[in-house]
Amino acid sequence: MQVLVLAAVLGAMVWLVGNVQSNLERQNINSGFGFLSERAGFGINQTLIAYTEDDSFGRVVVVGLLNTLLVSGLGIFFATLLGFSLGVARLSRNWLISKIAMVYIEIFRNVPLLLQIMFWYFGVLRNLPSPRQALSVGDAMFMSNRGIVLPWLEAGAGAMWYGVALLGLAAGFFWLRRRTLKAKLTTGHSTRFWRPLLVLALALFGAAALMAGVPFALDVPQLKGFNFRGGLTVIPEFVALLLALSLYTAAFIAEIVRAGINSVNKGQREAAAALGLPERVALRLVVLPQALRVIIPPLTSQYLNLTKNSSLAVAIAYPDIVSVLAGTTLSQVGQALEIIFVTMMIYLSLSLLTSWAMNRYNQRMAFVGNNT
Amino acid sequence: MTDPVIRISDMNKWFGTFHVLRDINLQVAAGEKIVICGPSGSGKSTLIRCLNRLEQHQEGIIEVEGVSLDGSSKNLESIRSNVGMVFQQFNLFPHMSVLENCTLAPIWVKQKTKQEAEALARQFLERVRIPDQADKYPGQLSGGQQQRVAIARALCMNPDIMLFDEPTSALDPEMIKEVLDVMVELAEDGMTMLCVTHEMGFARQVADRVIFMDEGEIVEENEPEAFFSNPQNERTKMFLSQVLSH
Repeated sequence: MQVLVLAAVLGAMVWLVGNVQSNLERQNINSGFGFLSERAGFGINQTLIAYTEDDSFGRVVVVGLLNTLLVSGLGIFFATLLGFSLGVARLSRNWLISKIAMVYIEIFRNVPLLLQIMFWYFGVLRNLPSPRQALSVGDAMFMSNRGIVLPWLEAGAGAMWYGVALLGLAAGFFWLRRRTLKAKLTTGHSTRFWRPLLVLALALFGAAALMAGVPFALDVPQLKGFNFRGGLTVIPEFVALLLALSLYTAAFIAEIVRAGINSVNKGQREAAAALGLPERVALRLVVLPQALRVIIPPLTSQYLNLTKNSSLAVAIAYPDIVSVLAGTTLSQVGQALEIIFVTMMIYLSLSLLTSWAMNRYNQRMAFVGNNT
Repeated sequence: MTDPVIRISDMNKWFGTFHVLRDINLQVAAGEKIVICGPSGSGKSTLIRCLNRLEQHQEGIIEVEGVSLDGSSKNLESIRSNVGMVFQQFNLFPHMSVLENCTLAPIWVKQKTKQEAEALARQFLERVRIPDQADKYPGQLSGGQQQRVAIARALCMNPDIMLFDEPTSALDPEMIKEVLDVMVELAEDGMTMLCVTHEMGFARQVADRVIFMDEGEIVEENEPEAFFSNPQNERTKMFLSQVLSH
């Protein structure tokens, strides 16, 4: 029986593919992925890698994917930070703090995301004054309807040494953290953590400065004609999308965090308190590890939602993968089947990758044995 | 009689408008074993939960080993690390192994090294007769074993006083004895104990005093022999006839 069903399904698929191919041929539509190496011929207003109109559609895919990853990655970071703070604030014993968090959550999760994106873009950012009347912060940072322009460090030769110093500092952070915990467990006493880290930071960057001097120049934006020159320009489409995605998803994450903390039995806090554990230690070692177990699966869904929702970029023409591939490229090349397929595969792989990472983390948190 | 280790005088407590504890006066000497009984809702659990401030009283004085429970967090810290508590629902930490459950507080409160804390934990696990379960997780143990781990966990802080809040009420009948046996041994070693329980056999065997509570008041207190054979108060008589009749 199962063999028959399988055979029928396979047969239907073979027929479908054959049918599509013959139809495409009859209508003289190209098939295959040859277009990826053809010249794209259109510009993109935010590119993380070098890109010109003369580059191929293949490079367009990479540029779009990087833009999607940038806005999703930063969105996940800010949504998590804000969401956890709001979730904890919602549980605060302080009436005002808890109510402010509640109002925020109810507003942001009950207005459609598309509207929020349009609000930030058309309602706020496009309504900023023109570059000539730009709002400025200390004549270094400017906000106008062309985007936000920030001063930026221009790195010269030798900047690499500073990168090495930064890596060294990160390694030092983890090493010190391990050393502190180990010292706590073998001698019983807490050792200093921040002061040695500060000394290490000074030493590393001091060494970098000795090796390479100061190879940075501060690039402050300046008004030239009708727009700004220099500095780092963040396009308004990006800011609007990032704001909307982070603020919207944070409201959902806040509710997840609240539910997670509430799910930990009150007896757990009481047992920790009765043993004399200070509240902060109890929160870190007893409550949070158990709350995370409940928080992580729905949190994963929110991460996936945010990534997929970033495709609403198309509404304000932020050049994400959907906008540049399933939008501009599709209208120029016309191979809907291949292009939609590639776009879907990209989202599918991103989502599967995220789920896989989060599931692995969740497995590490799981309880052993029966727990009621 | 030496100085009492617990001194409660004219203590009152409300939950909202509900008067849970009324004019409680109680003194407990070092090494004394007190069993508190009474119908449900009579305030007996609330009373012992006030002793380590899991509940806050509103009126009167509670002193534990001469330190007053007055809301100062320094006093509270010192009292909590000297008073162990065992709960009806065990409240073991499910994400930690048995050994980690027992070493958590000694490491983070008493600043012991991991090695010292583990040696101590194994010694107490031996004493509650489950030394071979040290590396298991609470979810892998029976209720009786979990409750004995909870007792060992409390003992690892070397408390002077132990509070038991209906320690056998959540257990299957065949596991009650293994927990009571550990408690009897503890009593024989001279631990000061306050125990809320319905196990009247345990009360007869180890208690120095039995306290009967009803509607937030201490109605009657006496030595177990006299308490069971010759109760004075009508409410005590009624309660005992219900508990002992089957």
